[in-house]
Amino acid sequence: MASPARVDDVRRLLADGAQLVEVLPEAEYAELHLEGARNIPLKRLNAETTADLDPGRPVIVYCHDAL
Amino acid sequence: MSPRAACRLETLGFERVFDYVEGKADWIARGLPTEGERAGERRAGHLARRDVATCRLSERVGDVRPRVEASPYGFALAVADGVLLGRLRRAALEGDPDRRAEDVMEPGPSTVRMDTALDALAERLDRRDLKTAVVSTPDGALVGVVRREELPTASG
Repeated sequence: MASPARVDDVRRLLADGAQLVEVLPEAEYAELHLEGARNIPLKRLNAETTADLDPGRPVIVYCHDAL
Repeated sequence: MSPRAACRLETLGFERVFDYVEGKADWIARGLPTEGERAGERRAGHLARRDVATCRLSERVGDVRPRVEASPYGFALAVADGVLLGRLRRAALEGDPDRRAEDVMEPGPSTVRMDTALDALAERLDRRDLKTAVVSTPDGALVGVVRREELPTASG
């Protein structure tokens, strides 16, 4: 099961080379996203769209908020 | 949404998956770096001034009063470990100077987040006939104060 991460965890993981993925739709990503994040909308999350992610490095996913 | 994405990544073979549950809203509210079409917009956090008088909960009102009088605002903000806990208006500072700040403060003052859009903030202040807004992080840490006069007018 994925580990929950708070902002300090996220910053530390990013400093250590983690990959950041926004899973919101493209339009929301285009408007504003976390620096360095790539966009893979949840509806298109599959083996093909994640092929560029390095399985050897941590992956952080996020959407808008906890709701 | 992100818990499902995290689960899906694990099913795809990724072993070290983290879910930033509080997400983009939390990140932006903290004024952390963003990219995108709206990344350059100025927000409340950009205008927050750090010149507001602050005090500890245990401070004597008589010690806080001179700082408020020397500040551009008619109030002081009570903080503990950087977290905003109360507001002391000028009227509350005019009483017994030996009272403690926590005895005269208004607990839990309203705040706005650093990512609040300036036009929305102006509208909010105008609606309540307020001259200032206190900016805090999602954790309640005091960031500063935004003055209405530094925000756009209603006509933009």
